[in-house]
Amino acid sequence: MPEGILCNRKPINTKEDLHALLNDKSGKQYYQEMKELNVDQEALWATIQKSLKSRLKTWLEICAHCGLCSDACFLYLANNKDPKQVPSYKIQSTLGEIVRRKGRVDNEFMRMVMDTAWSKCTCCNRCGQYCPFGIDMGVMFGYLRGLCFSQGFVPWEMKIGSGMHRVYRAQMDVTTEDWVDTCQWMAEEYGEDWPGLEIPIDKENADIIYTVNAREPKHYPEDIGEAAILFHLAGEDWTVPSVGWEETSLAMFAGDWEGCKMQVESVYDAMERLKPRRMVVTECGHAYRATVVEGPYWTGRKSGQPPVETLHYVEWVAEVLRTGKLKIDPAKKIKEPVTLQDSCNYIRNAGLANFTREIMSHIAEDFREMKPNREHNFCCGGGGGFNGIGCYRTERNIGLKVKRDQILATGAKLVISPCHNCWDAIRDLEEIYKIGIRWSFLKPLLIEMAIVPEHLKPQEEAEEA
Amino acid sequence: MYAFVTGPLAWLAFGIFFIGLIVRAVWYIRGLDWRADRVAYTEHFGAGMKGAFRSILHWIVPFGSHSWRFYPGMTILFFVFHFCLLFTPIFLGAHNMLLMERWGFSLPAISDTTGDLLTVILLVAAVFLILRRIALPEVRILTTAYDYLLLAITVAPFVTGFLAFHHVGDYHFWLITHILSGELWLIAVPFTKLSHALLFFLSRAQLGMDYGIKRGGMKGRGLAW
Ligand code: SF4
Ligand code: SF4
Repeated sequence: MPEGILCNRKPINTKEDLHALLNDKSGKQYYQEMKELNVDQEALWATIQKSLKSRLKTWLEICAHCGLCSDACFLYLANNKDPKQVPSYKIQSTLGEIVRRKGRVDNEFMRMVMDTAWSKCTCCNRCGQYCPFGIDMGVMFGYLRGLCFSQGFVPWEMKIGSGMHRVYRAQMDVTTEDWVDTCQWMAEEYGEDWPGLEIPIDKENADIIYTVNAREPKHYPEDIGEAAILFHLAGEDWTVPSVGWEETSLAMFAGDWEGCKMQVESVYDAMERLKPRRMVVTECGHAYRATVVEGPYWTGRKSGQPPVETLHYVEWVAEVLRTGKLKIDPAKKIKEPVTLQDSCNYIRNAGLANFTREIMSHIAEDFREMKPNREHNFCCGGGGGFNGIGCYRTERNIGLKVKRDQILATGAKLVISPCHNCWDAIRDLEEIYKIGIRWSFLKPLLIEMAIVPEHLKPQEEAEEA
Repeated sequence: MYAFVTGPLAWLAFGIFFIGLIVRAVWYIRGLDWRADRVAYTEHFGAGMKGAFRSILHWIVPFGSHSWRFYPGMTILFFVFHFCLLFTPIFLGAHNMLLMERWGFSLPAISDTTGDLLTVILLVAAVFLILRRIALPEVRILTTAYDYLLLAITVAPFVTGFLAFHHVGDYHFWLITHILSGELWLIAVPFTKLSHALLFFLSRAQLGMDYGIKRGGMKGRGLAW
């Protein structure tokens, strides 16, 4: 069979196709069809010739086979130093081999490549920091995922994710109406306790345009409510766009570069339409990576910058704490030992380590660093889409061991994780390994600790007082 | 024979070495693509250069990067090997005598004993590099015959030079083999991954620019190598 009904080389562009894929529970039929999917070798080689430029070519060629990248990879460590998990080996035996064979690889090989690209690498980019030549396997695996996607060899959930972005401009089926309704609902819900609280939609020339992760309107609407409370407390002039509110990109994890472009353009359009002074994105790592770090390049912006100044949530929090727009009640600071997860996507890959440290200095009395930390921190264990792919669950759970041990070594029972992906991974590692920890985003903690100015006091409290 | 290998053949070998490396540099830089690599190289050239410089600096200094500090044994091995490899042939007395004879100038020369010592150290380091390849599973899995071949091409001039200098067996034979193996090395550099002699700097600079421009260098602090 050249191409299957569900598993094929075509990206998902319609609701019908998307639902057909969703109805195939766990991708049973999808993966069955994948076993028969032909490799379009000419197209594969043509793509490589066009897109494999000197940087990647050189990386593949000059690798000294020295193995210094091994211990950099958390998956190598988590798998008892299995040599098959050495970053260089993983890329040489997949992308390297495809290039050496000039694209003449078969179905079985491509399925092995897919397994490697999504279950043996989270694109955390740590190995690139440890290679003497600066060979970044994370970047190469990103490229390889693109090749896999173009050939239809992509995990079921990733194909769905990419389709979601193409159809809904969001990683989940959240429509504009759903989004606007959720915002209005949250504004009402929290407005009862917080007089004057608003979630302004499509307000032009605001100081801040706030964007989120689709999981929030879909599963965690309180997160939007909490963001509203904090903006309210800090007295910010802010808005959310009715369209272009989603910053994440499962398309990026899937290697669907065209989908990436479509998604990020919707956010840039919102910026251009509403002309805010700057943008703040929720506590999500890959959202920032996709929209702020990589997005400008997908859309061909020569400056490498989005249309307006862009802040990750931790930058905004650090700023309002620094300027005193948001004040922390010293009595309510976190007293117990607390540690912090550095997200690869905005720490290693965007240099924001000092901002999170600044926040910790305001809110925690006994902050304990993981080791290693900052730019050298290990992936949470679930990055790059790993959390979300059912058929690699076992591999993902093994991968969580490194983070588990890092957390245990700090002695802290509370882990602050200002990233959706890391937050999930840490939740799952507690569920599996039961080490007795709690985990949290910043928002709920900040609300607990913030000093509420008299005129903004929640009503009952004000009445009681 | 001596006249031929130190005359036209030497010209050819050096020619291929230098022109080859220049071609590789040009080819590398021309193949950089701001959009495909997702690094705005020219738009933020200053920040990029800063990142490039830091990226090279941390790695050419022994123990200058986290990785070098993480693997102290390999770091010593690596720097000793590369130091002997580059320093010895350039400052060797015999080579500089030849340079004086042919070109009328020479560089400061090291004594014969020093040259001998550096050669032996290099050979010992090479043996350790081989043992490392065999002993460590994470290196063994990566190693190919090609890696050994390149190491052989690299140490051959040292072995043959050592034998010639100490007149072990037929001096003339070892001298010619020494020169030929040196020339083979020169020719091999641009065509094999020995080209890392140059591409190390370019590749490091590229990733340095990536971090300097895009991945945090312009906002937070640059990457702590
Ligand atoms: S550290 Fe770099 S050169 Fe060494 S094996 Fe890994 S990728 Fe290759
Ligand atoms: S990018 Fe991260 S997960 Fe992937 S090979 Fe490198 S260190 Fe391992």
